Amino acid sequence: MLESLTLLLACQLVGEVAVAYFAIPVPGPVVGMVLLFLGLCIRRGVPAPLQQTANGLLSNLSLLFVPAGTGVLLHVALIREALLPIGVSLVLSTLVAVAVTALAMVGFEKLAGRKGPDAP
Amino acid sequence: MTDLGDIWVYLSSSPLLHLTLTLVAYLIGARLYRRFNLHPLLNPVLIAVLILVAVLLITDTDYATYFEGAQFVHFLLGPATVALAIPLYNQIERVRRSAASLISALVLGSLSAAASAAAIAWALGASPEVVASIAPKSVTTPIAMGISEKLGGLPSLTAVLVILTGVLGATLGPILLNLMRIRDWRARGLAIGVGGHGIGTARAMQVNEVAGAFAGLAMGLNALATAILLPLIWAWLF
Repeated sequence: MLESLTLLLACQLVGEVAVAYFAIPVPGPVVGMVLLFLGLCIRRGVPAPLQQTANGLLSNLSLLFVPAGTGVLLHVALIREALLPIGVSLVLSTLVAVAVTALAMVGFEKLAGRKGPDAP
Repeated sequence: MTDLGDIWVYLSSSPLLHLTLTLVAYLIGARLYRRFNLHPLLNPVLIAVLILVAVLLITDTDYATYFEGAQFVHFLLGPATVALAIPLYNQIERVRRSAASLISALVLGSLSAAASAAAIAWALGASPEVVASIAPKSVTTPIAMGISEKLGGLPSLTAVLVILTGVLGATLGPILLNLMRIRDWRARGLAIGVGGHGIGTARAMQVNEVAGAFAGLAMGLNALATAILLPLIWAWLF
């Protein structure tokens, strides 16, 4: 548990340093994710304690967005002022993104003649 | 006996109160969500944020004071993002087999998300500042804030729009996918990851492991694609 958490933090730290040093336009944790992924590929497997720690963090992933979401308090005035453009744009563009991505993925896979696991 | 007012003054200046409050609000949200079989409309982030906003407004607490306690939760976003490498690794065979379709679908999804968001806000008369803040809203928080700054938006407004988008993606996304009869877990995960970044990924992870891995991958690659392409397209347009 402690080793796994240290490993995750170390990957993030190396990621943050790399981003600052090489001016990469991606956040440090994403680079850390790539590093950990490469490490797992080299090691050919996920150690059980790491899997456990990851499950613990990822099964509560939505909790971690709550503090930033509560930041809506800071912009109540601005959002109220532009409520129509912001509201319509957020809802429609989210639906567009979901529909385009899903249709494209299903379409390309059909062209390639592959099928994935289906939801019931 | 200490006066209750004094206890409040002590508690409201310590991180303990708002940290506990964040967890309690989320647990209420998560319990409701499970009670109704993970119904997308009862998204736990949405419920927790509504509870917290109400409590902070009633107690007249400003966001900076709240964040002193909540920062410990916020901090874990970093290591959790790193941990997304694990479900991705577990699904590597599936990802590799469909790499070409996956990357093409992702680039189309990323571009349509940013383009439709900016175009609709602009057409409905939003200020240039708001349009620039809204364009990167499908990208996970820290990187969206960086892009927004480059485009001339307000990074802190972008952070809020990102969370709202995530909640919308996680709530409306599965409903839309059901209406469209998309049943392939890979396509569902990918779409929710592009449309609802980390909050969508959290939802996908709870529903199905394949969908969760594809959502996490979509979130990461969407961030990468948008961070590289959007500032270039923006510079070319304006």
